[in-house]
Amino acid sequence: MRYAEAGYYLEVDLATGNIERVETDPKLLETHLGGLGTSVKLHWDRVPPETKPFDDGNLLVFSTGLLNGTPAFSCNRTVVTFISPQSELLAYPMMGGFWSAELKYAGYDKIILKNKSPQWVYLWVHNDKVEIRDASHLVGKGALETQDLIREELNEPNAQVAAIGIAGENKVFTASIEQSRSSASRLGGGAVMGDKKIKAVAVRGTKDVFLARGAEFMEHMKGITDYINFRNENPVKGVMTILSGIGSPQEFKHTDEKWHTENFMWGNARVRRRDFWSKEHEEEWVSTQLNAVKRFVSCYNCPQQCGALVSHKDVPRYMAKCFGKLTYSMGAQVDQLDFNFRILQRATEYGVDSFSTPQILAFAVELKEAGILTDKDFEGCPSDPEGRFSWLLDRVVRREGIGDVLADGTYWAAKKIGKGAEEFAHNTIKKHEQLPLKLSTLDPLYFLMYSTNEKISITQIEGNWPQAAFPTREQREAFVKDWPQLPDESWKQILLEWEPRGEKGIPYFPTPEMCSQIVDWMEMLHNIDDAIGLCAGMGSFCLKPPYHIHNYPKLISAATGMDLDEAGLKKIVNRSRNLHRALNNRLGMTRADEKPPEDHWKKRFPELEQKLLDTYYAYKGWNMNGIPTRARLEELDLKYVADELEQRGILKNG
Amino acid sequence: MAKIKKKVKRIKIDADKCNGCRSCEIACSAFHATPKYSSINPARSRIRVITHRLKDIWLPVFAGEYAPAECSGRDVYIIDGKEYDECGMCRAACPSRDLFKEPDSGLPLKCDMCEGEEKPLCVTWCLNDVLVFEEREEEVEEEEAAKPGELDLGIESLTNRFGLQKVMDTVARMSRKG
Ligand code: SF4
Ligand code: SF4
Ligand code: SF4
Repeated sequence: MRYAEAGYYLEVDLATGNIERVETDPKLLETHLGGLGTSVKLHWDRVPPETKPFDDGNLLVFSTGLLNGTPAFSCNRTVVTFISPQSELLAYPMMGGFWSAELKYAGYDKIILKNKSPQWVYLWVHNDKVEIRDASHLVGKGALETQDLIREELNEPNAQVAAIGIAGENKVFTASIEQSRSSASRLGGGAVMGDKKIKAVAVRGTKDVFLARGAEFMEHMKGITDYINFRNENPVKGVMTILSGIGSPQEFKHTDEKWHTENFMWGNARVRRRDFWSKEHEEEWVSTQLNAVKRFVSCYNCPQQCGALVSHKDVPRYMAKCFGKLTYSMGAQVDQLDFNFRILQRATEYGVDSFSTPQILAFAVELKEAGILTDKDFEGCPSDPEGRFSWLLDRVVRREGIGDVLADGTYWAAKKIGKGAEEFAHNTIKKHEQLPLKLSTLDPLYFLMYSTNEKISITQIEGNWPQAAFPTREQREAFVKDWPQLPDESWKQILLEWEPRGEKGIPYFPTPEMCSQIVDWMEMLHNIDDAIGLCAGMGSFCLKPPYHIHNYPKLISAATGMDLDEAGLKKIVNRSRNLHRALNNRLGMTRADEKPPEDHWKKRFPELEQKLLDTYYAYKGWNMNGIPTRARLEELDLKYVADELEQRGILKNG
Repeated sequence: MAKIKKKVKRIKIDADKCNGCRSCEIACSAFHATPKYSSINPARSRIRVITHRLKDIWLPVFAGEYAPAECSGRDVYIIDGKEYDECGMCRAACPSRDLFKEPDSGLPLKCDMCEGEEKPLCVTWCLNDVLVFEEREEEVEEEEAAKPGELDLGIESLTNRFGLQKVMDTVARMSRKG
């Protein structure tokens, strides 16, 4: 009997059509839990580092998390893993929505897609019945549209469908995988689906998920439920609205966008508009949003409501969440939110990442203004900013003309274009576009998070530690007073001493040692969430979340029957985390890649930055090149990894 | 006939507030698992959230009576311009559809208001206050108070499907096997 997990992987060879239901080794639960952890293990074992993103051998894995399908609120993430065409490292974008629980109920923990299909197909998983079906009639259809079309043709209103739009079909490097109100967007999972010619994966499951000690599990959930209710009634004070609550950013609920519009950069992550939020702009933005949002929508088993059903004027309906609400208007430097709500519908049906894509389009606009791209590249393009952005988006998703170059993202496009275009691809880490933030003084915590995490996307690294020091001692005291999520009481002192500026402010405080401890802790929380399938918005990504290091082990133990304490849980996620690092090292990643954009902060401190990296690497048990040491790996029962890294000449002298 | 007092339990459904999370389905299926809370399967839930996201339809429906035969006609509701599925608001476990039937045995499911619990589980687990539980006392005729239990319903549905004789034979055979 398997608890919490289904105990089976579904292996699908798209080239031959061979489908197998493979029982997994129960030991994997003890060594890597599930979700991202077991997926990393799978990629390490089965995808050699010579594999290129569009090779047959690049596995595309859709994974549930360990607690998906159980009553644990907000455990609904699907982790998609593959070698990214953009970063050429292992990517693991996640989506919320309803898909992963359905897969668990169908009796599988993961779907492993191998090789490429000769024609367009989609996969239909209905409990034990699994079919590869023709998708030629779905080619060219929108990512949302496809989901409903498949439900209709299967006559299965309850099927959950993850699909790509035409961006994925055309292997655009920012192509997303869309599913109900959610998407796995970052780093080109949609492109890998497109390369494998699989338009969608539809799932319906009606089997049981078992809990080892169900009554005890429900008892723990009572405490968590009380805390969710408490936090929904008591937002954290002294931080901006968007950070005060729990859940992912409730962008479609909050209408006050003063902070984002005046602190995030417009255009190609360039222009800061400190006085944007005028009466006039506020009025248009608020009324556009209030009129467009028909209903707030949650993910599976989640009481929060981060998503929305959008019905904006004459635009066909769609669902949206998070910062996609404003990234297109800001990228295009269009003052009206109306534009964003229009273009976002197309972008969602095309299936593109709404963080990277607007920056790619804005990058093209800048290159044109700088004379690097020419009139010929822009032939037929309207001259107004809205028209220009929409025209560019249409080219990119179809890989037409200049769109074909831009579709690889700013880093690769700049390389191809040459003529100094590299200067304009200024906002990437590991070849991946970052949030359009440009700040003043180096923040040591953020420096480490940006540089070292495998996620390559800050929003999924940060979280439990406040983004900035509180201005007054009273505020700090009030914040630490009620902070049960901390691993140790002694940490409170750091926050109490931390000031916005001066000796006890950034960049020198928190000290590199303290920063290492804090960043490592936040990262670990994300890794736990990614293994159990919990939405980071209810755990690692928010201040004072309902799930934390003191209750995760209890829930996992009650669900699985393992007897796991905090130390045991930490060891498991550390094991997976170091395996993940080794995997990316094996793909060529080293210290040289670990740097935030040059212009991310105006005031940089090169010596301190090196010290931060040194200290953090040492804290992690990595050598000064960012590679886990033999000692560290052996302590985590990863001797086989150390051996291989040594054999390949990646790890030298232990 | 003697009058007795009976508790009438009611769940008020404010469907406009529903965000489609389906926590209610999870809680219901966990509560009715044997042993209690040992497994989860929304397909066994006695509440189902009928969902058409782009049509703005999220409609929690509770499992009602078992219907041995389907209706001779069908209904389709349009409310506020939204067209609901055929029979969309019907609570019956009926031969015309899979709704409210155990996925493996096909036996009918029926909401029992979580017998024995202070408050129905789906109500407790809906943190959006879509489901509100109310209780009141009413006087009823004694006879009416006796309603068939889950076992009666299950046997009735089996009898309808396979005939009484076959069911009896099978039970006899199973009891011989021990
Ligand atoms: S917090 Fe928001 S994004 Fe996270 S699971 Fe809930 S509804 Fe989804
Ligand atoms: S009241 Fe109880 S039996 Fe009825 S639907 Fe709700 S949880 Fe299920
Ligand atoms: S728990 Fe409440 S909000 Fe969630 S689907 Fe059920 S009725 Fe709707």
